[in-house]
Amino acid sequence: MPHLTTYIGLADHSEKTLADSFRAAAEGHAHVADVFHICQMFAEWSEDNREALAPIIQRYGEADDVDEPERLHAAGLAETRKGEVGLLRDLQDLHVLATLVQTTWTVIAQGAQGLRDRDLLEVAQHAGDQTSRQLTWLNTRMKQAAPQALIVAP
Amino acid sequence: MTDRIADIYGLRTPHAKGTVWPARVDQYLDPGTEERDVESWVQSACLLCSNGCGMDIAVKDGRMVGVRGRATDVVNHGRLGPKGLYGSTRWASAGDRLTRPLVREGGRLVETDWDTAMGRIVEKSRALLDEKGPLSHGFYTSGQLFLEEYYTLAVIGKAGLGTPHMDGNTRLCTATSAAAFKESFGADGQPGSYTDIEHCDAIFLYGHNMPETQTVLWMRILDRTRGDDPPRIVCVDPRRTLVALEAERTGGVHLAPRVGTNLALMNGLTRELFEHGWVDDDWVAARTLGVDELRSTVEEWTPEKVADVCGVDADDVRRAARIFGESEGVLSTVLQGFYQSHQATAASVAVHNLHLLRGMIGRPGAGILQMNGQPTAQNNRECGADGDLPGFRNWDNPTHVQQLADAWDVDVMTIPHWAPPTHAMQIFSYAEAGSIGLLWISATNPAVSMPESARIRRILDGDQCFVIVQDLFLTETAELADVVLPAAGWGEKTGCFTNVNRTVHLSEKAVEPPGEARSDLDIFLMYADAMGFTNSSGQPLIGWRTPEEAFDAWAAVTAGRPVDYTGLSYDKLRGLSGIPWPVNEEHPDGTDRLYADAVFPTDTDYCETYGHDLATGGTVTETEHRAMNPAGRAFLKGAAYTPAHEEPSENFPLLYTTGRTVYHFHTRTKTGRSGDLNRAAPDAWVELSAADAAARGIEEGDWVRVASPRGAIEVRARVGNVMAGAVFAPFHYGHWEPGADLGGGHDDANRRLANELTMTVWDPVSKQPTFKTAACQVTRLRAGDGPSPAPTTTASAPDTDRPPPAPQRRPRATQGGKPTTSTQPPATPYYLLDPSQPPERASTSSFAEGDR
Repeated sequence: MPHLTTYIGLADHSEKTLADSFRAAAEGHAHVADVFHICQMFAEWSEDNREALAPIIQRYGEADDVDEPERLHAAGLAETRKGEVGLLRDLQDLHVLATLVQTTWTVIAQGAQGLRDRDLLEVAQHAGDQTSRQLTWLNTRMKQAAPQALIVAP
Repeated sequence: MTDRIADIYGLRTPHAKGTVWPARVDQYLDPGTEERDVESWVQSACLLCSNGCGMDIAVKDGRMVGVRGRATDVVNHGRLGPKGLYGSTRWASAGDRLTRPLVREGGRLVETDWDTAMGRIVEKSRALLDEKGPLSHGFYTSGQLFLEEYYTLAVIGKAGLGTPHMDGNTRLCTATSAAAFKESFGADGQPGSYTDIEHCDAIFLYGHNMPETQTVLWMRILDRTRGDDPPRIVCVDPRRTLVALEAERTGGVHLAPRVGTNLALMNGLTRELFEHGWVDDDWVAARTLGVDELRSTVEEWTPEKVADVCGVDADDVRRAARIFGESEGVLSTVLQGFYQSHQATAASVAVHNLHLLRGMIGRPGAGILQMNGQPTAQNNRECGADGDLPGFRNWDNPTHVQQLADAWDVDVMTIPHWAPPTHAMQIFSYAEAGSIGLLWISATNPAVSMPESARIRRILDGDQCFVIVQDLFLTETAELADVVLPAAGWGEKTGCFTNVNRTVHLSEKAVEPPGEARSDLDIFLMYADAMGFTNSSGQPLIGWRTPEEAFDAWAAVTAGRPVDYTGLSYDKLRGLSGIPWPVNEEHPDGTDRLYADAVFPTDTDYCETYGHDLATGGTVTETEHRAMNPAGRAFLKGAAYTPAHEEPSENFPLLYTTGRTVYHFHTRTKTGRSGDLNRAAPDAWVELSAADAAARGIEEGDWVRVASPRGAIEVRARVGNVMAGAVFAPFHYGHWEPGADLGGGHDDANRRLANELTMTVWDPVSKQPTFKTAACQVTRLRAGDGPSPAPTTTASAPDTDRPPPAPQRRPRATQGGKPTTSTQPPATPYYLLDPSQPPERASTSSFAEGDR
């Protein structure tokens, strides 16, 4: 199952990237109180997902040297931008990243169905649900921030 | 003759379960005024808390000289509380009323005329509209304007300008109440009624120090707990309040959860209902959604785990849950201890969950009262000056937005509905950045009442935003404004307002405002005229000039919505007072309680919101909502407990919580100008537990410094009844001080503002700021020369379980209010809709106005 392990590795890595990026966004926009607190919470959620995946990785192993999905590795949010437009762009980057994470969990859940691996299925479904909640918030927050950022912000 | 400073609740009129609450008419007249001197009694209702007591204003020589309760009013049956008695009218003739507009010239505020002041506003407004468009405008209102004023401003903001940046200080006091209703029931609207008090077996007060915030409602409860077949009281509060004492007295429970852990406690109580089978499974299956998810959310919260996280006794959790589970009728009330604390919406929704699990809603004695802090907060929620759309309409539902566009005859694109309305904290952030360049503040004092005061002062004082303040006095906020507009207050203008349990009152103009002060309605109309806002037909957008016309326009847009005013008019509101909405053809006399049929406004096409993720605030989409097919069923929604945003640390080992005292309302703008009230609570203080005080060498009355990572205050210490590890500070005190004749003149006035310490953080769903979870440290500064100024009559009473301090430090009993009278009418009036009185009495009612 070389490709399943690749995807498990991808899930693990991209959740880590997402967690790091949420933390970077929290720090970079610390004066925006809700972004600061929610992004920290989301970083923990992503880490929880990795923790839940750890026993599975033990079982299947983790491959991160396969060429093809390597191109899917997304860069994290190394540096945050400034101001209201900067926040909007950072939220957008987080959304792209979280979408990658979510589809990775979808793919893994499909594999788990095929393998009849209940443990993996449960991990993938729960993690996918949590990622959906992250995406929903990002979408809500972007909708809120967009008009002001695009039209009025200095 | 009663001193209602010392005797806050007055004489008891105990009565048995299921019988009507007897009437008692409370009255206060200024010294030297006899009842026969009163030239007229003008119908109104009290504006000094959210209870909404019917009240008449005594007028003599063109001045308000006192008040009396309206015996026929459904809310108070004639009673008034100390704030209403002593605080309603004195401010009006205070020497420092604003009587002329002020504008800033060379850094100073100078008097000017209305044309000049309004001219500056319009000039700035037009320039910003040309340059940046309507999103450059923000409005921050109050919980103390009238319905007609909120609605007029809402139309100006949404259809004239087209800005989503409108909110009120209601965000600080009542936003969670509205948000929790929307999440559980699909729309705002108080399910219960005060009449539930007469029929319940148990009353749960969650973070609700009712004896200080709604004294008359507490009288109503005391008359039951001291009568036959009394209800048991369950109190959730970190302080040993009068509610806690009543819980002990009635065989109930006092749960004092660690500050910030409400949701953990609620999850534990919910679990107990499941564990013991105290769930009406058939009702839940038929009338709710989400029971399985809720069960799994609370599964881990055993009483022991709750005890561990909340610092309460596991058996107390069991006992409280048993009272809830085994009572026929439970009344739950909720206030700031939940709303202004961590995970506010989730914890308040959890109260609904308990009622829904037991099917305890919609019948006398089985009710929910999510309270408000302010008298007209409900109207801000209804009319949409808080950002919501008028009439509990859903901003995410194009049909609802179109209804408003049709009513106002404007292009639907004008009405901001593309995102959730901008909440107060976000408005101030935009003002901080300068992307809101005009901020108009009416009838509220954010420089004292908003969290992290230093930041708020900086925002208001800066050049990046033009600030307009409209108020009665030069408040701490008005001092920082660019234009100050003198407003007429209660009794000086006519309008309606609606209390916590949906009861609408008319408040008539009794006297002329001083100098050039104008009603808030007139000020908003003046702005609309000057800006020339028109509708699609080229007619003035605001088609009304009087309060009554504004009311009728409002009633018209409520047709078909849960908040239906179509059956109400000024004429109907005169006379036997207090009518709860909905009032329409189906309910011509109003509606005592909602959801008697267990049909909730959750239908996708009807609801006010599609809902949110309680943990994140992420919005549920229309498609997701439709897929759930709620169709009139209520939502059971749970959330996982998470620790508060700021936990105690080595440098800040104590938990800081702010709150209220019975003798003051808000930032003391009115109550501080009543000598009776102000002398009862003349200066700020901080409450410590005996253990925390002893550990720091602090005695009663010592000066102490209380510091958080954001700021500090220096006030006197009351060694009191707050739980160990927590510190309580009243939030009322800014730097304004009344004259020495009213008990003012304290030299700590610049060092006592409780919100210097609070955090800029808010609930993800209701966006209500958190005032009750911050970490702090207390250090002793120096010895005091007497007791602290904290009242002894309330939760701030000294700790009586330990030996009293030395005589010079011993707190003196709070007293000294001028004489008031209380009389019981010979017969209890008939109260329309009251389930304690058989309906046939309606036709034989002999108690007319003036009979007392």
